[in-house]
Amino acid sequence: MGDAVFVRRGVYHDSVTLMRAGAGLPGAEVAVVAMATQLNLGLARDLGFDVPAADPGDLLVALRGDDVAGAAEELDRRLTERAPPGRESEQPPRTTRSAARSPADLVLVSVPGEHAFAEALDAVEAGLPVMIFSDGVPVEQERLLKERADERGVLVMGPDCGTAVIGGVGLGFANVLRPGPVGVVAASGTGAQQVTCLLDLAGVGVSHVLGVGGRDLSAEIGGRSTVRALRMLDDDPATELIVLISKPPSPEVAAAVREVAGALRTPVVTAVLGGDADLTSAAEEALRALGVPVPDWPSWTALGDVADSSGDGIGDGTGGGRALVGVYSGGTLCAEAAAVAGRGEFTDYGDDVYTRARAHPMIDPTLRLEALRKVPPDAVVLMDVVLGHGADPDPAAALAPAIAASPATVVVALVGTEGDPQGLRRQAETLRAAGAAVFASNARAARFAATTASRPPSPAPDSGPGAPGVAAPALGAPGAARLDPGPGIPGAAAHGSGSGPGSGSAPGGVWPGSVTEVS
Amino acid sequence: MVLDGPPRVITVGAEPLAEALREQAADTVTVAWRPPMAGTAEALGRVLADPRRRAANELAVRRMTGARPYLAGVRRASELLRLPRGMFLHAGPPITWRRASGPLRGALIGAMLLERYAPDERAAEQALASGDVLLEPCHGHGAVGPMAGVVSPSMWLFEVRDDEHGGVAYCSLNEGLGKVLRYGAYGPEVLERLRWMDTVLGPVLSAAVELAGPIDLRAMIAQALQMGDELHNRNRAATSLLLRELAPAVVDAAPANASDVLRFIAGNDHFFLNAAMAAAKVSTDAARDVPGSSLVVAMARNGTDFGVQVSGLGSRWFTGPAGVPDGLFLGAYGPGDANPDIGDSTITETSGLGGFAMAAAPAIVRFVGGEVADAVAATRSMYEITLAEHPAYQIPALGFRGTPVGIDVALVARTGLLPVVNTGIAGRVAGTGQVGAGLVSPPAEAFTSALAALAG
Repeated sequence: MGDAVFVRRGVYHDSVTLMRAGAGLPGAEVAVVAMATQLNLGLARDLGFDVPAADPGDLLVALRGDDVAGAAEELDRRLTERAPPGRESEQPPRTTRSAARSPADLVLVSVPGEHAFAEALDAVEAGLPVMIFSDGVPVEQERLLKERADERGVLVMGPDCGTAVIGGVGLGFANVLRPGPVGVVAASGTGAQQVTCLLDLAGVGVSHVLGVGGRDLSAEIGGRSTVRALRMLDDDPATELIVLISKPPSPEVAAAVREVAGALRTPVVTAVLGGDADLTSAAEEALRALGVPVPDWPSWTALGDVADSSGDGIGDGTGGGRALVGVYSGGTLCAEAAAVAGRGEFTDYGDDVYTRARAHPMIDPTLRLEALRKVPPDAVVLMDVVLGHGADPDPAAALAPAIAASPATVVVALVGTEGDPQGLRRQAETLRAAGAAVFASNARAARFAATTASRPPSPAPDSGPGAPGVAAPALGAPGAARLDPGPGIPGAAAHGSGSGPGSGSAPGGVWPGSVTEVS
Repeated sequence: MVLDGPPRVITVGAEPLAEALREQAADTVTVAWRPPMAGTAEALGRVLADPRRRAANELAVRRMTGARPYLAGVRRASELLRLPRGMFLHAGPPITWRRASGPLRGALIGAMLLERYAPDERAAEQALASGDVLLEPCHGHGAVGPMAGVVSPSMWLFEVRDDEHGGVAYCSLNEGLGKVLRYGAYGPEVLERLRWMDTVLGPVLSAAVELAGPIDLRAMIAQALQMGDELHNRNRAATSLLLRELAPAVVDAAPANASDVLRFIAGNDHFFLNAAMAAAKVSTDAARDVPGSSLVVAMARNGTDFGVQVSGLGSRWFTGPAGVPDGLFLGAYGPGDANPDIGDSTITETSGLGGFAMAAAPAIVRFVGGEVADAVAATRSMYEITLAEHPAYQIPALGFRGTPVGIDVALVARTGLLPVVNTGIAGRVAGTGQVGAGLVSPPAEAFTSALAALAG
């Protein structure tokens, strides 16, 4: 144990550097490493060091321990060591409020519902429109948000707004749609996806798709977002026709929205879900309003005549012997299919009940695969597959083996476009090859499923495992597949709303450039 | 207008949705979101929904940053405060002798001796323990005190006035470093220095400030920030600026004592701290009592509890246990010698200085772990929990961006980020004095309980 005290004349370091350099020196139990102020000199003396005279501009080093020489050497090394270069100081914002300091046009909120209010309110207070993808937001928070948004003149899309397309950018679950004249205001995400995908298949594009959330037209919310979205589209020069996809509104709200819609310069086609109109007929009405021929909606099937999708064979709803099971990921599509089929057991796996602790079934197929395994062997299963940004990058890859392995008859409503990252045709082909009957129109898929279920089961070539082989016998099936007739196809106008048996009787060659799904 | 072209999108939440936007080559800013502090979701919902909140916070923080503190005078506590015999002020939220930590007890004993309320240490301790001596927080009297923050009637105080809103705040004079009353030391050399301050320093400064006229502390603080101070753990530039301003007046006012007084100020890099604290106090007080505001108007520690006060909640304290600072230690002292966090000096952080202005003070960045980048990160993170950027207090290294100012308890709960606090470290044992300096993390419950109270 020894002492070492020395003074470095004129050597300056700030006190923090010195405290740090003097901390935990190996070989020293006590270390005073400080500028030689009276205070520090006194401190060293109090500790029993023999301190020489020094000025405050000198560095005082007083060490006590087993190896003071080693400690002094280490101290010098620390003091002469160059500071490492600074790290990247960019830090991401932690709240929407903070992020809104940078220029932005829109906020997309998808945090858990109980926390969505804070982020959405930040957006509104920053004067930014906001899309709330999150579900489970209390209705009183929705009302508050929309009241504040009205004060700030900004649009709140949602909560539970699954899709939007703004300026060509898809938000949430969004299909890649061609640009065009139709602006959509939708209380239902998958409803908007079905309508816009069908329009896309008919060669008609969209200007914007604005979601408003499923509760917007309720009496509590009063249609605030619907009205704002309608006015925004009316002011948008790219929008020539507005399609309003509504959920059953409260009567007062319906009257108010009708009044607003009626006063717009832009014509409005309204589809109220749960009424007589299905989504497919809404798309068809929009096409007619634009003077664009309504095409025959594509289907891909290995199961026989798609004429059955006309619904002619559905019967009175008591049906034949086969169970009809709806295994859906989109709430609106599920409700529509149930309504069109008129019977069966339909489950929306996109409902809050199922998404609380896991990803949405459009991303995570686990629950629906389980459900598919559990259906009775002679059942007809109706399911939706929704493509686009945000959705499963290859849903058919997970579903096809399960469909092939299932003894049940599987009918798929495939909502998507050829421009989607997954590719409509590629997905359709994979699903069909696995034995499914695939329809671009959910309504037609539902009719087909209901008709099939009303008939006694036949020893279909697709039943049972080993189904990949079924693609071959299906190849020549009439009306097996057609896709993308393109705009302005002569003669297509003949296929009107709820287009009937014509689809089956017009294989391949009606439309130049049409594709028979055989390769 | 959002429909005019491809939107620039802020995304918050599910990463795949942000990814999908990037795949579309959309301009995105992604929020690094995480759930709020445990148990705060419901209170947050209610506080954020309060229709008064936004305007209230805007008003409160505008008043805080708009304050124009001037050093108006130096006068005795007995003259400025209602401070009857047998009552002392202390730092932090209210506390009793029984719960008081070593340094606060030491400072109270010292004050008893200084005021000659007791003949010796034992008698002082007995009187304090008997409850005959009244203890009240500085904050309740428009004052702030560093470390133990004990104010007794004979002490001289800075008197700082807010020219904008008319408020006034006080802070004692800084004794220097080492064995000093505010760190709980009360030995003969401590009392001797206090008596010199009582008889020489106070009267001379009082006369000098009178001669020099009100000194613009807002301008001085703004300048010191640009000279490498953060006004809590580094006050070297500001002290020099104040000394430059006062020196001629000190000489004019008291030629006989001028050299002693000027040498004392020049020998204490923290002399300005107490003036900065009074300036911060008068600014934060301007933001008090705005109904519905979730703005923090005081953070203070008494060595046992860390407390906050919130604009919309009057003078209620919301407390949690004071943490033990982590930092660098003097001489043979180590973490085992450190007392839990103590002092009103966190009023500097409350007003956008200190730890919040860390990026301005590269000379002391080693308190935060050793690199300039860490100091910059500390300041940047504070923008996440504050309502404004100070219009006058700017940081050159951040492109003269204003310091983050105006802590919002709702933002603290949402981000889980606690205020960064720079601090001196007092010895645990009464009479020890300062043992180091460093950083300390406030207890989360002080902020979450205030949030719960706002939620009503």
